[in-house]
Amino acid sequence: MAAASGAATTPGLYLQAQTRWHPIEFAFWAATLAPFLLFPNHLALASQIAITGLFALSLDLILGYAGIVSLGHAAFFGLGAYTAGIITKYGWGEPLVGLLVGPAVAGLAGYATSFIIARFRHLTLIMITLGLGFLLHEAANSAEWLTGGSDGLQGMRIGPLLGLFRFDLYGYTAYAYSLVVLFVVFLAARRLINSPFGLSLRGIRENALRMPAIGAPSRSHIRKIYTISAVIAGMAGALLAQTTSTVSLGVLEFQRSAEILIILVLGGAGRLYGGLVGAIVFMVARDQFSGIAPQYWYFWIGALLVTVVMLLPNGILGGLAQLYARWQGKSS
Amino acid sequence: MALGPVFGVLFDGCAYGMLLFLLSVGLSVTLGMMNFVNLAHCAFAMLGGYVTVTLTMAYGWPFLATLPAAFLAAAVASVALERTLYRRLYRAGELDQVLLTIGLAFMSVGAAAYFFGTVQQPVQTPSYLRGSFSVLGVSIGAYRLFLVGVGLAVTLLLVLALEYTRFGAQVRAAVDNQRMARGLGINVDSAFAATFALGSGLAGLGGALAIEIVGLDPGFAFHFLVYVLIVVSVGGLGSIAGSFAAAMVIGISDIAGKYYVPQIGSFLIYLVMVVILMWRPAGLFGRR
Repeated sequence: MAAASGAATTPGLYLQAQTRWHPIEFAFWAATLAPFLLFPNHLALASQIAITGLFALSLDLILGYAGIVSLGHAAFFGLGAYTAGIITKYGWGEPLVGLLVGPAVAGLAGYATSFIIARFRHLTLIMITLGLGFLLHEAANSAEWLTGGSDGLQGMRIGPLLGLFRFDLYGYTAYAYSLVVLFVVFLAARRLINSPFGLSLRGIRENALRMPAIGAPSRSHIRKIYTISAVIAGMAGALLAQTTSTVSLGVLEFQRSAEILIILVLGGAGRLYGGLVGAIVFMVARDQFSGIAPQYWYFWIGALLVTVVMLLPNGILGGLAQLYARWQGKSS
Repeated sequence: MALGPVFGVLFDGCAYGMLLFLLSVGLSVTLGMMNFVNLAHCAFAMLGGYVTVTLTMAYGWPFLATLPAAFLAAAVASVALERTLYRRLYRAGELDQVLLTIGLAFMSVGAAAYFFGTVQQPVQTPSYLRGSFSVLGVSIGAYRLFLVGVGLAVTLLLVLALEYTRFGAQVRAAVDNQRMARGLGINVDSAFAATFALGSGLAGLGGALAIEIVGLDPGFAFHFLVYVLIVVSVGGLGSIAGSFAAAMVIGISDIAGKYYVPQIGSFLIYLVMVVILMWRPAGLFGRR
């Protein structure tokens, strides 16, 4: 990859070289089908991983590429989840409808707040995202007539997918559905990141003030990517609501925003596969350690986070890329 | 007669504001000096709280004697972490700082749950701090009065130390312009370490004092973090007067909001914060 980008002389060629599919990518997506054959008892976990991966991907677009640190991204996840859940109470049980309406609502909220987000940076931005997240959590908590408050949403009725596939106990439908959505969104995100727009996002991450000088308006770019990210987060929320048939206040909590940040950084922010790898490692680890009471589990998440920040600043994928580069340097 | 509840709410709000001030002033000054986003600040407060609980309940210390111990424990723990972990990230981006300190806060939550369980911790306050008395028809809790007294004394000490001592002058110089202060030969790193210890110690003291009002469980590190961050960002970084004013505003409006419009809960506070930050991104008293 380093050689390919080094050989590219024009931006167009560079982007083309980036778009080419690497064999490892084929292997990765082929491996995502493995749970159907190898772990048929863990399909529910696999669909959770796919949903978390999708959520992490949405955060990666703003954090890893545009450099917007958000501590309130669960807001959009929760909006998508609640919307997808609430409309099933009014007869819109078809999951695909929820998959459109949930993200649309999240996207609208994302678009509305993006005007605020684009104006601020650094600590103020972190505080504003945190504050907006808490605002929404409090709003959902007090609007009991709509959300069920702290009891969670009651009376959801999810219909079969496309009118054909019921969400079964083993999670076949759930995993197939989540995986297809994840893959389609991933393709779109991959295309987006390897476009001139994606390149200018990375420019904004490095220096937001200079980008307008070379003709890339920072604020409108940030507004666009923030809205897109909100839509994807809403999609992940809608998937969670539909595949688990439950929505509780937990989808809006600060812990969820912090957790998704941890997952992304663990995998490697600023890499398309970072969120996915982080989701796999994190969720499998949590499943394995589920015997530990959740309050002790927090200790290990914290320890993991401190270790990653101190020893693996670019996450697992960054560490692997470094090893790979060193190995290549030795062999040539 | 109708004024009774109003003054009562105002007084409780002041006591709560004092608590918030103690908890947040350290974070405000350290953020102003080093721009280090320390989300583990309330973990130090929680440590102070647990020190007080342990000393009063298990060792039978009097409540007042445990307060300096809470201060010291939090200060010592913060210096140890500052020397080993924090200082490596002073030049790093805010994301790394946020992640490291969230990680430490998570660890503190897990450790507290492991050692003390997730139940609310009781604390034994001396008899003269219990009960309440009434002045001109307003019922005043003895403990809240004590809290206001401690808060005012700490504020006075801080202002005097910052305005009239050599150390205070160094800190002010470092907050105003860190590079210039270094150029003048001020050892900003050691001034910062001392400030950090002092700030965390005050948080520990605040944590110990908070138990009687809000209780203590492992969720403390995150629950209060939000309030502290609101105070800091609304008050403006590195400003004691700003923190004090913001803590009072937040404390009184939170108590008043919960008293008069309980159905919206904490909604009001978050709204106030977002609106103030959008109006003045550097906070009410901030200069940058």
